[in-house]
Amino acid sequence: MTETESKALQAKDKTEAVTPAEQTRPGPVFTPAVDIFETDKEITLLADMPGIKGEDLVIDLHENVLTLDGNVEPPDGPDEVDVFREYRTGKYYRQFTLSEIIDQAQIKAELQDGVLRLKLPKVKAATPRRITVQAE
Amino acid sequence: MLLLRRPHYWPASGWRGPFEELERMRRQMDLMSAALFRAPSVETAAGVFPMMNVTEDGDNYYIRAELPGMKADELAITVTANSISISGERKLAVEDEKAQYHRREREGGKFNRIVSLPTQIETEKVTARCTDGILAVTLPKAESAKPKRITVNLS
Repeated sequence: MTETESKALQAKDKTEAVTPAEQTRPGPVFTPAVDIFETDKEITLLADMPGIKGEDLVIDLHENVLTLDGNVEPPDGPDEVDVFREYRTGKYYRQFTLSEIIDQAQIKAELQDGVLRLKLPKVKAATPRRITVQAE
Repeated sequence: MLLLRRPHYWPASGWRGPFEELERMRRQMDLMSAALFRAPSVETAAGVFPMMNVTEDGDNYYIRAELPGMKADELAITVTANSISISGERKLAVEDEKAQYHRREREGGKFNRIVSLPTQIETEKVTARCTDGILAVTLPKAESAKPKRITVNLS
């Protein structure tokens, strides 16, 4: 197998989320799949949220808890009848606890083709500094 | 002497004891519960990526699939008179090499799926759009497959 050859994608059911509060709106709640990686300067979060529109997504950072909360309207037209249905649509919900101190004013969120890219820059004080130990 | 009253629907040949009747009841209960708790249609999924929802109205079939992060030009869609094939590759961009991963749940890879449709379609008029990570294909039904109203003449 060469390096350029990639594996075949497997079909997976969406993961249903367990929300802390009971839902006021009926319908399923899903946990979006995420990638989270960290560099010296920032933490980046990528989340797959197909079908979501910018105005329906709420990103909230409060006391180090990051919450993603999004609502997806069913795309079906009024006269459509099911032939078969393999996936369901509903809300997206997921929370993360961030251990680093984030510079809230500099958070950037981009939503493109159903993928959210969230950049959370660390505050200056939290970026690692080399501390030289002075020998006496 | 023991007298047994036998209802007319009992098999006439051979009385095999009260357990046979119990067994028959058990089988009927099984059938009833199977009908009541039948698995939702979601579980009849073909298990091939991407998962699809197919709907129809009088004129069209609509196929929708969740493909977050994919653009229309990364997909190859071909249609025949009664089937559609969707293939492509979901590539995840290579991020900063020095980055340290905490979570890696998103997946990339190749896929290819063929779906047969119950009736013929107008292959020339099929349209596909990708919005917000959802592929939506509209497949107009062939004239011969559309429902027709037939008026009965009274004379």
